Amino acid sequence: MAGLHKSDVKNPVLNWIDTRLPIITMMNKEYAVFPTPKNFNYFWNFGALATVALMLMIVTGVFLAMNYTPDGGMAFDSVERIMRDVNYGWLLRYAHANGASMFFMVVYIHIFRGLYYGSYKTPRELLWMLGVVILLLMMATAFMGYVLPWGQMSFWGATVITNLFSAFPIVGGPIVTWLWGGFAVGDPTLHRFFSLHYLLPFVILAVVFLHVAALHITGSNNPLGIDVKSPQDTLPFHPYYTVKDSVGLCVFLMVWAGFVFFAPNFFGDPDNYIQANPLQTPSEIVPEWYLLPFYAILRSVPNKLGGVCMMFGAILVLFVLPWLDTSPVRSAKFRPLYRIFFWVLAVACVALAAVGAHRPEGLWVVLGRVATTYYFLHFLVILPLLGKIERPLPLPESISQPVVPRGGGPLPTAATAKPMEKP
Amino acid sequence: MRAALLAAALLLGSIAVAPAYAADDEAEMPHETWSFSGPFGTFDRAAAQRGFQVYKEVCSNCHSMKEAYYRNLDGIGLSEEQVKAIAASVSVPTINDDGEPAERPALPSDHFRSPYPNEKAARAALNGALPPDLSVIVKARQGGPDYVYGILTGYADAPATMKMGSGMYYNKMYPGHQIGMPQPLQADQVEYSDGTKATVEQEAHDVVTFLTYIANPEMEQRKRAGVKIILFLAMLTGVTYAVKRRVWSDVH
Repeated sequence: MAGLHKSDVKNPVLNWIDTRLPIITMMNKEYAVFPTPKNFNYFWNFGALATVALMLMIVTGVFLAMNYTPDGGMAFDSVERIMRDVNYGWLLRYAHANGASMFFMVVYIHIFRGLYYGSYKTPRELLWMLGVVILLLMMATAFMGYVLPWGQMSFWGATVITNLFSAFPIVGGPIVTWLWGGFAVGDPTLHRFFSLHYLLPFVILAVVFLHVAALHITGSNNPLGIDVKSPQDTLPFHPYYTVKDSVGLCVFLMVWAGFVFFAPNFFGDPDNYIQANPLQTPSEIVPEWYLLPFYAILRSVPNKLGGVCMMFGAILVLFVLPWLDTSPVRSAKFRPLYRIFFWVLAVACVALAAVGAHRPEGLWVVLGRVATTYYFLHFLVILPLLGKIERPLPLPESISQPVVPRGGGPLPTAATAKPMEKP
Repeated sequence: MRAALLAAALLLGSIAVAPAYAADDEAEMPHETWSFSGPFGTFDRAAAQRGFQVYKEVCSNCHSMKEAYYRNLDGIGLSEEQVKAIAASVSVPTINDDGEPAERPALPSDHFRSPYPNEKAARAALNGALPPDLSVIVKARQGGPDYVYGILTGYADAPATMKMGSGMYYNKMYPGHQIGMPQPLQADQVEYSDGTKATVEQEAHDVVTFLTYIANPEMEQRKRAGVKIILFLAMLTGVTYAVKRRVWSDVH
């Protein structure tokens, strides 16, 4: 029904705006008084950290784009020009280049936090799936961004990754030609990657908005994984979590700054300081660290098409994770068996990253296959069965009464606790 | 417990990932002491100036350094007049008022002049080999300054068992040990005006200091800013944590 919003804002100008476009009311409802479980640990910082990383990437990226030239003959030199001629260009570029690693680092921690505490389970399935969409978009964006400096690893990485599509029968070849805009990675490829690298972050931003919107419908999960039962279980987002997120943000920025100012090329590959040369293949083509596990899965399958399918499957399986995990208990705190398998999965992912960084020979091949097998077993076999086999520990009564009552009876204080006004 | 496991996983991960980026070569990476390493490192001006002399008299005969400018030389402690004079002693290609190709004295704002007009000219003159551009050579090699130093000091007689290609030279550091560049630095190849003895090691050390500067002309400014920013963020973290404790003191 149409009608003016009844605003509580006192300031007449702001009230006039809020009556017609209630963004002040909305921000107040969604960020200031938003009821948030009171028992978050610091792992709940990482969503906010990822948002800040995205913002900083967009800001630094916009200024870099003002000085960058996406032309095969000029891109490499234009990056050096940014480093040498543009005021604080080195800061922009190093912050952006390391920012990609920082962004993935916090997002991976954010994802594993979700896995540990069962944040993907009902009713947060769609929230989780939107997150997986963000991860996919981030990978595409990061990959295309890495191509832009037009160094050796840019060029050959682009060649290897785009060639993956040639594995598909019949349509593969034409798809690759279409992606390249020619018959090899070249100038048209660079131009379109630049265009898409500028576009996709804003798509990510839009999906992040949906991700947050969905979060504010279901409310946050929490370390105990149990539902909020009463207003006593929650705190208003501001000031409690704005200040707690700020603590994490300061530490995060310190880590980021440490790399930017003291080891700016730590995550980079030296080969990318050599201008792209289509006639000379580097001795090893290695993707950035955040793509290594997927690269390892790709190479662990002896069949090219099979490898490509498994690599994409490794992400697609996350989309159906909410239905693969059959346990009704969310937090691994109360799932003694799942907790073990969770850590095995974490080790498998780290092992895959190591495999991706090494030549596929000797023990690395074996390790890659074992870890790949476990990755899929974990999601497709172990999780569905575990929910049926595992006997979870008793769940606490509520967030504000986290102690599990002995003998199962309700705690005496639960009845006398004062109900709080729902904010 | 959980934190310890996580830390262990991260540590294992970094160890496991690290060797992939190491050279597959048996040659041991030298570990020189550099004035510019560490969070407070700066460029040794005297070494960098001697290194510039080595670059000018030796390297620049074959290698380009096209991303750098003559004005960058102010960062190794040369005065504005010195930089102008150095630039003016080089002539760079230009187009004159009649539209004809011509030469003019370089300005500090010019890029370092390349020894060959293009890649083909370089290959034609150098037995088909292309000397890599030196602008970011220190950042473009695994091991950075140590590796470049290792190459410059790594020449030796080839082992009797090794079959060398024609026009190739044995080098302990170079992957495959066959390098197209003849040994560039000899003892007393340059005469240092400050009286420093020009051994091969000294020349290599000096020119690597210079090349590291050319690859990272912003380094000193970057590290100075970094120290301030880290200190600021550390204080901000402390203050924010104190505020957090205060805000949360009424939550039970």
